[in-house]
Parts: sequence; C-alpha cells; structure tokens
Amino acid sequence: MHQLSTSILLIIVLAPLAGAVLAGFFGRQIGRAGAHTVTILGVGIACALSFVVLYQLVWGGAANYNQDIYTWFQIGKFHASIGFMIDRLSAMMMVVVTFVSLMVHIYTIGYMADDDGYTRFFSYIALFTFSMLMLVMSNNFMQLFFGWEAVGLVSYLLIGFYYKRPSAIAANLKAFLVNRVGDFGFVLGIGAVLYFLGTLDYQAAFDHAPSLVEQTLQITQHTHWSAATVIAVLLFIGAMGKSAQVPLHVWLPDSMEGPTPISALIHAATMVTAGIYMVARMSPIYELSTTALSLVLVIGATGAFFTGLIGIVQNDIKRVIAYSTLSQLGYMTAALGISAYAGAVYHLMTHAFFKALLFLGAGSVIIAMHHEQDMRYMGGLRKRMPITYLTMWIGSLALCGVPFFSGFYSKDAIIEAVGETHRWGATYAYYCVLFGALVTALYTFRLMHLTFHGKPRYKVVESHGHDHDVHVHHEPGVLSHPPKESPWVVTVPLILLAIPSLLIGYFTAGPMLYGTWFGKAIHVQEAHDVLAEMATHFHGAFRLGLEGFTGWPFVLVVLGFAITTYVYIFNPPMAGRIQRMLKPVYVVLDRKFWFDEVYQAVFARGGVKLGRMLWKAGDHTVIDGAIDGSASLVQRIASGMRRLQSGYLYHYAFAMILGLILLLGGFWWFGHV
Amino acid sequence: MNPQLLELICFYAFAAVAVVSALMVITLRNSVHAVLSLVLTFFSVASIWLLAQAEFLALALIVVYVGAVMVLFLFVVMMLDINQEKVREGFIRYLPVGIVVAAVMLLEMLALIGLRAMHVAVMGPNPATEAGMSNIAWLGQALYTRYLLPFEVAALILTVGLVAAVVLTLRHKAIARHQNPSEQVRVRDRDRVRIVKMDAERPQEDQA
Amino acid sequence: MITLAHFIILGAVLFCIAVAGVFINRKNVIVLLMSIELMLLAVNINFVAFSRFGGDVAGQIFVFFILTVAAAETAIGLAILTLLFRNRGTINIADIDSMKG
Repeated sequence: MHQLSTSILLIIVLAPLAGAVLAGFFGRQIGRAGAHTVTILGVGIACALSFVVLYQLVWGGAANYNQDIYTWFQIGKFHASIGFMIDRLSAMMMVVVTFVSLMVHIYTIGYMADDDGYTRFFSYIALFTFSMLMLVMSNNFMQLFFGWEAVGLVSYLLIGFYYKRPSAIAANLKAFLVNRVGDFGFVLGIGAVLYFLGTLDYQAAFDHAPSLVEQTLQITQHTHWSAATVIAVLLFIGAMGKSAQVPLHVWLPDSMEGPTPISALIHAATMVTAGIYMVARMSPIYELSTTALSLVLVIGATGAFFTGLIGIVQNDIKRVIAYSTLSQLGYMTAALGISAYAGAVYHLMTHAFFKALLFLGAGSVIIAMHHEQDMRYMGGLRKRMPITYLTMWIGSLALCGVPFFSGFYSKDAIIEAVGETHRWGATYAYYCVLFGALVTALYTFRLMHLTFHGKPRYKVVESHGHDHDVHVHHEPGVLSHPPKESPWVVTVPLILLAIPSLLIGYFTAGPMLYGTWFGKAIHVQEAHDVLAEMATHFHGAFRLGLEGFTGWPFVLVVLGFAITTYVYIFNPPMAGRIQRMLKPVYVVLDRKFWFDEVYQAVFARGGVKLGRMLWKAGDHTVIDGAIDGSASLVQRIASGMRRLQSGYLYHYAFAMILGLILLLGGFWWFGHV
Repeated sequence: MNPQLLELICFYAFAAVAVVSALMVITLRNSVHAVLSLVLTFFSVASIWLLAQAEFLALALIVVYVGAVMVLFLFVVMMLDINQEKVREGFIRYLPVGIVVAAVMLLEMLALIGLRAMHVAVMGPNPATEAGMSNIAWLGQALYTRYLLPFEVAALILTVGLVAAVVLTLRHKAIARHQNPSEQVRVRDRDRVRIVKMDAERPQEDQA
Repeated sequence: MITLAHFIILGAVLFCIAVAGVFINRKNVIVLLMSIELMLLAVNINFVAFSRFGGDVAGQIFVFFILTVAAAETAIGLAILTLLFRNRGTINIADIDSMKG
C-alpha cells in the first residue's frame, strides 16, 4: 500500500485553474488559439492524471488519500482547511468530470468557432473544471461548499454567456435565485453538522455520525427532530437546488440559454450531479435517517416521471434533452433514496457520458441547422450527418436503457432496486421509475425521429454574398446553406463519448454496481443494502443483458419506440390529432405543471409586492417619515427656539430667574421634597 | 447687658446696613457711588460673618473683595467714560417688573425658610473652638489636607484669570518693536550678506 | 439670640435685591456685574451660616473657593467690559445683540 502523491493531486486541481486564469486575464494577448491551447492543456493534464490516480487506486494498490494540505482560516477551535479525500468514489468522479470536460473543450473549438466570447468561454469552462474538482476532491464541508458555490457561479456566468440576450439574463438570474433557495438549506445543513458533530472534516464527522441518532433538535415546544434527519434533509435541500430536483428544478430547462457545450458539460454531465455525489458522499449520515431517505426517494421518483412527461411536448431539441436530464437526475435521486448509493453514482457516471454525447450531438445538429433549435424545422438529417446520427443513436439507446448499452445496467438496476425495497413511498416510486422508462423512450425516439428521420421540413434559400447573416433568422426553418456534417473537432468528441456510452456498462457493472468496488467510500447499513441483495442474482454482465430483454422496462421501451415510430414516421398528422385529443394533458405538460407560473405569482410577484409594501409603508412612511420628520421637527423647534434667542443679556437673565422662581415654587408647592 | 441680646442687636444693625447699601447699589445713578455702596455692603456682611465667628472669611472678604475686586471695579468705572443718562434709560420702566419678580422670589424663599430653617434654632458652640483651635487653623487643616487638590486648582484658575485679563486688554501698538523668533530662526545667510562682484579697477591717479 | 433663620433670611433678601438689580439695570453692565457679586455674597452668607450651625468645615471651604472663582470671574468680566467699551464705545447691553439667533 502506498500513498498517492500530493503534488499530483494539486496539479490535477491547479492545472485547469492556471488555464482559466491565462485564458481569462490574458485572453487578448494569447489570442484564440492560445486560449484554447492553454485550457485544453490544463484540463488534459488534469484528465490524464485523474486516470493515473484512478489506476493507482484500483490496480496500483494505493491507499485512500485523506489529508489536509493548507489551513484556510481558523476561528477559535474551528479551523477550515483545504484538503483532499481521494477514494474510488471521488477518483471516479474526477475521471468523469475531467474526461467530459476535455471532450467539451475540444468540441467547443468547433462549436464556438465564430463567437466573440471565445477566450472568455474557454476561461469559464476551465474555471468550472477547477471548481468541480475542488468540490469532488474535498475532504471537508467547507471546501465542498466553496466548490459548490464556485460551480454555481460559473454556471451563472455561462447561462448568461450571451449577455446581450434578455432571455439569457433572465435564465441565469433564475438559476442563481433558485440555487440560492437550495444553498440556504445546504448552509443550514453544514451549520447543523458543525453544531451536532463539532467538525466539518468528513472523516471526523462520519466517525461521530452514529452519535446523531441520540441527539434531537427541538424546533418547537413539542417537536423533537432527530439530528440525523435534520442534517440529511437540509443537505438534501441543497442537493435539490444543485441537482434540479422537484420543486427546485425550474432553472435547469431555462439554463439551455447558454451555449450547447455548456449544456453538455454543466447542465447534464457534471455540475447537476454534484448533489447526487454529495448525498452519496454523505451516505454515513443519510443511512441514519430513513425518514430523510424516504423524502429523497419520493422527490426523486416524482422528478423521474413527471419532468420526463414534459419532455415529450417540447419542440426545442435542447429542451427535450434538458427535461431528460431532469428525469435521469430523478432516477439517481430515487436510487439514493433506497440506499443504493452505488447505483446512483453508477448511473451518474453512465449518464454523464451518454448525456454529454446527446447534448454535443444536439449541438452538432444545431450548428448544421445554423443555430435553429426547433425540431419542427428539422427532419431527414440522417443522410447529411452520418456521424452525428450514429453517435446520437448510441446515446439514445443508452438513455432508454436498451440492454448491453451503458444506461441499461445503471437504469435497470435502479428500477429493479426500487421495486425490491420496502421503504415508505417505495411502491409509488417504483411505478414512477418504471413508467419513467416508457416516458424516456417516448421523448428520446420522438427527438430522433423528428430530427433525423422523415422528410426535411426546412427550406434552403441560397443567400448571396451576405456571410455574416448566417446566424440571423428572418424566418424559422429557412437556411442559407444546406446542413452538412460538423468538423472533426466536433465529431471526434462525439465518437470518444460514444465509446463509453456503449461499452462502459458492460465492463463495469459487475464490480461497481454489485461488487464492493467503492469500498468504504459508500456506507450502507446491511439491512438497507438492496444492491447486495440483487448481487446474489447477478451472474455476469452478459447474462444480465440477455435477461434484460425480457424485463418490463425493455417492453416499455419497445412500446415507446413503436408508438413514436408510428406517430412520427408512418403517420405524421397523427401527432397533431393526439395533441388535440389530449388537449388538457397537453396544456398541463406544455405549461410544465405551472411551476413557473406559480413561482412567478407567489414568490416573484409576492416578493415584489412585499418589497413594494416595505418600500411604501416601511421605507417611505416609517423610515423616511422618521428621518425627514425628525429633521423637520428639529428645524421647526429650532426656528421656534431661534426666536427665543434675542441675543440680549437681560432676556437670558430673566429666563434664568424665571426658572429659579419656578423651581422654588415647586419646592414650596410640593413641600416635602 | 445680655451678650446674646447685644449680638442680636449687632446683627440687626449690620443686616440693616447691608440691605440698605445693597438697595443703593442697584438704584444709585452714579456708578462710582454704586461701587462704594457695594463696598459698604461687603463690610457689613463681613461684620456679620464675624458674628458667626468665621473670622478668616470675614477678613478675606474685606481684603480680597474690598481691597482688590472693588478697587478694580472702581478703576474700570472711572476709566470708562460712561454716559450716565443713557445708561439709566428704562430704569423707571423696568422698576415694577424688578420689584414684582424680586418680591415673588423673596416670598417663596421666606416660605421655604419658614418651613424648614426655623427648627434649627440656636447657634451652638463654635466648632473650631470645640476642636481646640482657632478658626483659621480649623480651615487650614481641612484646606491643606482634604481640599488640597481643589485648592491648587483654584490657584490655577486665579492664574488663568490673571493671564486672561491681561491678554484680553493687551493692545498691540504699531510703533512697538519686538522680536519675531520664527523669522530669526528662518533667516538665511543670503538674506544678510550680499556678495557683489565688481571688475577690478585701477585707481585713477593720472587724472589730476 | 441669633438663629439660622436670621442669616438665611438676610441672604434671601440680598439675593432678591440683586435679582431686582439685574432687572432694573438693563443698560448698565457694571451694575449687572455688581448684582452678580451681590448674589454670590448672599450665597456665601448661607454657606457660612450652614457651616457654623452644622459644625462642618466644608461650608467655609466652599466660600473660600467661591471667593476665588468670583475674583477670577470679575477680573475677566471687567477685562471683557473694557474691551467692549474700547471696540464699541458703549456698555449698553441693548446694543450688544450679536448672539441673536
């Protein structure tokens, strides 16, 4: 057993930061090529070294690393430090983050080729990589929070990347505000950890975690809450914000205002999984509270089914994938809720690959369509973009959980595990995640059919000479050039992401899902360990894949495929007819269950109203009234007093003597003073 | 004659003089006369203090007030050329007000005194004598021990008053010559010596 | 036989005379200053009497300090008066109203 090298870990974290700083502050000096060279170099180094670290941990026999490196600050007994905790869980996350990030970096060269904010964009995504690594590699809550907020910041910057677009500004503000709600809970959770456990260090906190069971928090006179439940629920509220769980999911679809690579990197593959990772990391705490786990389960399952439904009626290609992300995050959360942390993290990993693939594929389509994102104006792109087409199919099949694709192993395991659990809410959750599979198939194949199959629904009108209005659409669905396959910087990442999407499940499901691959990084009580129970039926990935063809999820996927194929390929007018037939349902889904409207009405307008009330009543009347009033009162008194000040000595003398007379009179009158 | 009765007669006599002379102070047309009346008041009161066996203060009142302060008053009154007529303006007009105010106040005071002071009737033995020393020793013992700090502060106040009076009335005359230390310090040699270069010249002896 | 009331009443009478003096001599600063001296004298009579009757030395010590401060006050007051007269050519208080608000 040997130790991991601290310097390697530091390089992993700091290389992307160096790239971000160089590209961000010296972007003008080093130019576009310089900017993408330094950032790709930084992230590439981080990626390569992450693989080295993972290799050393898994095959090299290196011990888990847990060390403080630097004391950030110290207040009394409490000291916040920067440190790393590297075990298989965090090593896996590091690999996923840096690998997807690297792919996105390369892809960006093609996608953002003619954008003004090229260097800024590279700086941001490298900075994001740094923040995410800080979050993942942290060994204490403080650093976790730093990374948590840093990725939130970068996400904010990137959603509003096109800062001249009002919708982008609205979207990044929304993301920021909704995340604040989650962070509020998260900070309280961290505070509760410090309060009950007296430390923010992971290891120390986990060692003391069993003591939480006896502690209670008295919230009102007669309600005693278990400390474990309080901490777990509060931390989960943070995860709800960051991982876009119902009801804090509303920011994620809007975040599609950002450039597509970002949607792939942040809003699909990595950042939104921070909440999942965090809960898995805190498994020793969550295991103490089945109440909190039930909450997690119900919220996750709800998200998995209902947000998927919304995806079916979306027309924007990126929004469909965004809702798919919400749905898949719901799956992961549901897995957390049944103590199948390994299942959640495993789905996180496979999802990162195929979702990044889908997003980048969608981006490739968008480039080809000259930034047209509406699927109603696409169609028949199969022949024109073969590589994108093929890789997108791989991603789609993985997403739907077709056997032998990576998504199958993770998603089917979650569905089955939810079915096997007897926790409160598990039955509801099971039907949610099971029919979620049908929903997934519906929106995924609808997307594929509308985009790549059928007849082209766009028109090509050759424009002459005006190169610069390539981006400017006067009319939707009208292109100046016919769509063509994207350059190699776009397709290579697609292919590189397609490989793990296709294969990684087959090779890793055994150890990671059913084995003890994660070791002590994930702690599950024996009574809760549904995955271990399932492992007794596990006889190799190949057999599991074959068995998958007979399972309910696959039947539902095939059903979904059949429906979409019939509706969108053989009988296109059918879609409109169904839409009219199920008008009420369509409206509900199209309005996204009125979450936005309710938030707008209750929180936004309520906030404005409250603010206006405070402004009018509080500020204008009371505070201004008090201040202006006291000023004018002083002025009025002073102008009265001014008249008293005659400046004549005898007037003052008279006043003094008058006072003396009154005083004496008072003594006399009240006698016995 | 009964010494106590004698004391009482003396008291009334001095008190009457004091009150009358005090009235003269505020009513006399001539300021010099008013100052002299005030001197008389101080004398009478000093005598009353003697009756109360406060010998040191009685003498101090005469020496300090009559000897110094009142002379100062007289000096100022004589120095300033005061238009007596103008200064007396409004005397009659404000007389009723003054009398009413003073009467009301006196009534109130007398009422209060009547309520409280009459019970402490007789003058007891002199506390200084009881302590076995003279009045001045009695005072001095307290003044230089318990009240040393206030005593020194009082000395300081007197000094400040002295300096202030001098500074206030000091008049700078244009013809007066005095040194300016800051200019003396700041002076440079080139302000004092001027070196002049001249061409050498032959004495003009030939021209005769 | 002299009682405390004798002294105090004498002080009260002198004080009231001084107050009347302040009122009726509105123009003459010198008489005003003298009235103030009279008031202080009245107060001093009280102090002496209380000291004598109460057997406490503090009263006479107080008179001592009052005399000191009054002397200083008179010196400065007269200096100001001189200055005033030199600058304005009058000691009429009615002309001195630069403190008017």
